[in-house]
Amino acid sequence: MLDEFIVLATQAMVQCCNSTPGQQVCEMGKPVKKRSVSDKVRRSSAHAQIKMNPFEVKINKKKFDVLGRKSKHDVGLPGVSRSKAHNKRKHTLLKEFRMKHKANAFIDRRFGEYDTKMAPEDKILQRFAMERQRSQGKKDMFNLNDEEELTHYGQSLAEMEKFTDGVDSESDSEEKGLLSAEITASHFGGGGGLLRKKTSEEEETKNKTRQELIEELILKSKQEKRERQTQKEETHELTEKLDQEWKSIQNLLAHKTPKEREEEKDKPKLNEYDMMVRELGFEMKAQPSEKLKTPEEIAREERERLQKLEADRRRRMEGEVEEDPKHTHTSADDLNDGFILDKDDRKTLSYQDGKWNIEEEEGEGRDDEEENDDEGDDDDDDDGGGSGGDDEDNDDEDDDEDNDDEDDDDDDHSDLEESRDDDEEDEGEEDEEKEEGSTAEVKRTLSEEERREIQDTARAELPYTFTAPECYTDLKTMLQGHSAEEQCLILERTKKCNHPSLAVGNKTKLQKLFGFLLEYVGELATHNPPQLTTINTLIPQIYSLSQLFPGAACQVMQSLIGDAAHSMEQSIEVKGRAAIPGLDMLIYLKIVTLLFPASDFRHPVTTPAFLYISQALAKCAVMSLESICAGLILCCIAVECVSLSQRFIPELINYLLGLLHLAVPTHTCTDYHVVPPFRPQGKSSELLRVCDPQSARSWTRKSISLSSAHRVTATTERERDHYKLSVLYVCLDLVKRCTALYQQLPAYQHIFQPIRILLAKHLPVTDYPSALQELHKEILEVIPETPSQHAPLVFDKKKPIPLKLLQPKVVEVLDYGRKRGNTKEEKERERLKHKYKKEFKGALREIRKDTRFLAHTKLSDTLRRDVERKRKVKELYGSLATQEGEWKALKKRKRK
Amino acid sequence: MAVGAVSHDLRAHEGDIYTLELGACVFLSDGADNMAPSKKHNVKKSEAENRQTSYKQVINTKTELILQSRKHANSVFDLLEYLQSEKEKEVVCAINACQKLFCELLERGELYAGQLPKEEEILQGDRDADEKYHMFIRHRYNSCVELLVENIGHESYQVKESALCAIMKFAAAEGKHPLQKQDWSQHYSFPKELISGVVWALLSEKEDMALLISRFQEFLEMDDVRYYVMNSARDNIHRVMDRNKRAEMPVYQNNVFTLLTNITVPSQGSEITNFLVKQEGKYEDWKAAKLKEHKRAFELMWLTFLKYKLPMSMYKKVLVILHDSVLPHMSDPTLMIDFLTAAYNVGGAISLLALNGLFVLIHEHNLDYPDFYKKLYNLLDPSVFHVKYRARFFHLSNIFLSSSHLPVYLVAAFIKRLSRLALTAPPTGLLIVLPFICNLIRRHPSCRVLIHRPSAADETCTDPYVMEEEDPAQCHALESSLWEIKTLQNHYHPDVSKAAKAINQALPEPEDDISDLLELSTFELMERDLKSQSQSVPLEFDSAPSLLQSPREVLGLHFSLE
Repeated sequence: MLDEFIVLATQAMVQCCNSTPGQQVCEMGKPVKKRSVSDKVRRSSAHAQIKMNPFEVKINKKKFDVLGRKSKHDVGLPGVSRSKAHNKRKHTLLKEFRMKHKANAFIDRRFGEYDTKMAPEDKILQRFAMERQRSQGKKDMFNLNDEEELTHYGQSLAEMEKFTDGVDSESDSEEKGLLSAEITASHFGGGGGLLRKKTSEEEETKNKTRQELIEELILKSKQEKRERQTQKEETHELTEKLDQEWKSIQNLLAHKTPKEREEEKDKPKLNEYDMMVRELGFEMKAQPSEKLKTPEEIAREERERLQKLEADRRRRMEGEVEEDPKHTHTSADDLNDGFILDKDDRKTLSYQDGKWNIEEEEGEGRDDEEENDDEGDDDDDDDGGGSGGDDEDNDDEDDDEDNDDEDDDDDDHSDLEESRDDDEEDEGEEDEEKEEGSTAEVKRTLSEEERREIQDTARAELPYTFTAPECYTDLKTMLQGHSAEEQCLILERTKKCNHPSLAVGNKTKLQKLFGFLLEYVGELATHNPPQLTTINTLIPQIYSLSQLFPGAACQVMQSLIGDAAHSMEQSIEVKGRAAIPGLDMLIYLKIVTLLFPASDFRHPVTTPAFLYISQALAKCAVMSLESICAGLILCCIAVECVSLSQRFIPELINYLLGLLHLAVPTHTCTDYHVVPPFRPQGKSSELLRVCDPQSARSWTRKSISLSSAHRVTATTERERDHYKLSVLYVCLDLVKRCTALYQQLPAYQHIFQPIRILLAKHLPVTDYPSALQELHKEILEVIPETPSQHAPLVFDKKKPIPLKLLQPKVVEVLDYGRKRGNTKEEKERERLKHKYKKEFKGALREIRKDTRFLAHTKLSDTLRRDVERKRKVKELYGSLATQEGEWKALKKRKRK
Repeated sequence: MAVGAVSHDLRAHEGDIYTLELGACVFLSDGADNMAPSKKHNVKKSEAENRQTSYKQVINTKTELILQSRKHANSVFDLLEYLQSEKEKEVVCAINACQKLFCELLERGELYAGQLPKEEEILQGDRDADEKYHMFIRHRYNSCVELLVENIGHESYQVKESALCAIMKFAAAEGKHPLQKQDWSQHYSFPKELISGVVWALLSEKEDMALLISRFQEFLEMDDVRYYVMNSARDNIHRVMDRNKRAEMPVYQNNVFTLLTNITVPSQGSEITNFLVKQEGKYEDWKAAKLKEHKRAFELMWLTFLKYKLPMSMYKKVLVILHDSVLPHMSDPTLMIDFLTAAYNVGGAISLLALNGLFVLIHEHNLDYPDFYKKLYNLLDPSVFHVKYRARFFHLSNIFLSSSHLPVYLVAAFIKRLSRLALTAPPTGLLIVLPFICNLIRRHPSCRVLIHRPSAADETCTDPYVMEEEDPAQCHALESSLWEIKTLQNHYHPDVSKAAKAINQALPEPEDDISDLLELSTFELMERDLKSQSQSVPLEFDSAPSLLQSPREVLGLHFSLE
């Protein structure tokens, strides 16, 4: 017992000694790393030595000390830096010099060899992973025999498991209070101790054999150990036997004795600790999960998906029925009875918002509608950069995992499943296609009609990819002949196929698309009758495009409004008046309010739009019911725009007054003034007068069609009267809204005074339906007859001018006295200039040093060559001299 | 030699002339001498295309022939017939030919000068053949001029223009070679009849001659022509208007106006050097060479024109140019007072326009106009912000109200009224009127109480200002405050709102320059926003599911898509 402890202790000590630098070169499993560490240590120590060496250090003398200033360069190591520079040149410049005029090059094709950014460990890891991947090809997918060895720190896990079993049994048998080698190693030797143990033990014995005594001792102990082991095994068997027997009678025992309990308690204590250590040692590090996809990736996937769908559709259009290759494969377990599981109705595991999703089980076998829904979702993802797409992918992965788990339980189709799952990994959403394929498979043979049917449906189906239109006619041809929903879908797909992150030119393409789309909207609005529902469905597309490219949307809108305003201005200049803007312009203005915030104080789009509206309200002649409708639409838009900001639009009030004036039967009174474009009297100044009071009874409130700005459909007198009443209703409602909006203005009463007079005295309300009368009454209640009271105006209170302070003004000095210049730009300029100068000088210096180095190497090369040559010449001379000498000697000898 | 030949030719022709006069327009073709009628016969009979190409040749050769020898003189009738042709090109060609022919003849002195006996009397008198020939040519010349004047009323502009030019050429030629016997009491001669004929033709009662009159302007550069045109125009207006019993005649008056506006009198007497007809003798005595006479003629012409009732649009047109191109050239501008006062009393836009002329008279000619400011005050109504002449009006009001001697109550009344009217004004108008009001307050510091009344800051009161009061002294403007401007601080346009916010602080000393703002149009205002390239464009964050579905929908409540 004791001697074993000694042995183990010495082992540990030796281990400690061995871990000193320099000696452990080829000993352990990871020599490379060790060496690098030791190198580092040595270098650092050398560096420290140099630093300590007063002859190496050059102290830069300071003229005077400045408090708080940190100087980097008070101490320099010229020798070190020189040698560093020299070494660097040797590795770079010299190499280049040597390789000069040499055409061939040595290229290391290993992964990441020239990638300086990668850490060497990463490189190794990556290489290893690649090698593994290469070996794990498809051919040995089903190779069950060649199981790869799992390792931890380069050691087989399987072995380790065996090993720990032994330890367990040993530690079990060990008496309490004694430290086993295993335990000491694991407890005190750090995490790696366990793993090194075996090898170190062997070595230990080798070392000890020299001392015979000890050897004997060991031999003895070994013998004893063996004996003991055999003994233990025997006892073990016996105990196991006993245990089994004990188990059989365990139930008979009612309760345990306290002593037994104590023992049980004590033992787990140790075990728990050990287990913990082991667990920590072997704990798998957290695996990196799949990273979140960037919006670009999502967009790319989306495009690929659409392209795939398109290719598929095309194929179907050409009549090739998809022969599903997966089902041609027959399983080994196939009974060949023609039965194929065509629908997987097993539950699949999927998560939604972190919860296990049980309801949504149709992971496979989705149908068309759902796919459309998905597209809608994806749309959202585009905007929000959300993770809907990822969720889907994750779902699929989950499916796979699930299936893998279930493979063991499944007895049939298991391998079929597997092959299918692999494919599913990349075309998860295509299941419905597969559905079709598989159903086709069931029927095996398709009749000609069915084939044709598929072809037809494919033809009717929309293509999945669209090129972005280059000009307006392109867009028109693309959209024409489709229903509104289809047009929406087409635009959606175009947008996805040309997402700006997919290619460089896509951004401008989509920006252009926005312009064309608006043009298209304008054209739809000018149709007769205007296709407003189509426009309505296009709005989300326009909105999302504008969200993508605010700048382009702004420009397009600006140019539209600018052009319209320009033409209106011109016609006013020439003719003195202008026609009310058409329905297309009204729609544009409405779109402006949808796309841009109208409440901004100044906005590049909405401010001009406001001006345009007010200009139209102030200048456009009111000649017909159509123009009244258009004007009313403008008024509505204007009210909408200011409903948040409560800004005052004089033209709006003027216009409403003018419209109400048109309903007044006699134009003799002059106690209120109408403002141009309305005239107190004259033609078309009784446009809204209701001809037949009887028609008021049959009037019911309903919304006016937008297209009546284009053409009023009412033909009979009664219909026209109804229309007029509707217009008046809208008018009064707008007036009411305005009163609510402008209630707070100081001149509120003056603003609404004319309208009040008109409503109270001149409007023939009694002839109107009750709804109108009610509105009329409400308005009159809201507008006071006498002006409200206000405090006289006073200037805003000025802030008191602060007293002059005599504190010093603190100016931030960034770099002491270096940078002149007052403004930020000047300072920056000076700084950059200085930096440039410094860099330039540095570069010059470096170049000079380089040339000096090269000259030096050249010189040393020539010197070396000269020396060589001299040596050789000397040698030759020497040999010649000896020859000569020999020859002379021979001659002499002969002569003699 | 040559004279002998000519006389012989004439003798040979005498018979023809005689028959001509008797047989009206029927030509008797007798003998080889009379080639022209037969030729004409051929022309008539020949094909249309032939004619088209040949009429030029025919006309040219005839002119040549007439010029070559007297025996072809009868061809003149053919030329004159061409002048009445229905084909535009033929007429133009004929006009040119006539012009060439008669100018040449005038130069040669072959036209009879002096009192012309009647056509029938030519043969009766005891005259030699030469004289007879001259008389004959002179008669043809006269009828040619008549035809040309008629042609000025032709529907084709080309014909009109060439006719006009031809007459003016004749006038020039006549000036050089006067057809009147030199009257020794007056040492100058001028073809007045021709000019008055042109003027009568130009001032048509039926069609708009604006184009031709602008062509005529070239001739109006010449001082003597202008002088006589002015005289004959006056005469013309007088007669035509009296004949029509002083009723409005839009077309005619428009023509007159165009002609009148094209006449500009030189500002200095030394500039009168450009004459159509060079007089040999004394310039000084000639009326057309005197600036004073010019001015008189100009003044009389305009006064005659304005004496009669004008259509409204014409009224405006006249008033627009009056101060600039009429008043300075009159010898006595005060004569316009009646006209301007009448216009000022009409009201509306015409009053606004009359202001300008009145201003000139008040400013330069010491006109004392009672209650001028009261009238000006009453001119202010909502339409001043909407009329075309807004810039002019504010420019003038700015001048009128720039006097520092005006009473405070008056200025305050103006300020208050303008700000009340501003509640209905378009943004461009507001951008004028807001700095305008601020300027008035600056000029008259005692009006500062309108925007700053700390003494009664706590007491609330209703607006004491009476908008309906016509007398600025009685309207209590000075007791009020500019709550309207305060209201306009909430105007939708950022520039207006900013301008209105100026009254929140004490106004800085220097006045705002409103001259740049006067002509500002809505589009220019819009362009400020359109052109400024801002980096970021804020977007609506509420998504738009459909056209009529927004968080603050009003349109959708009243209108539907179908």
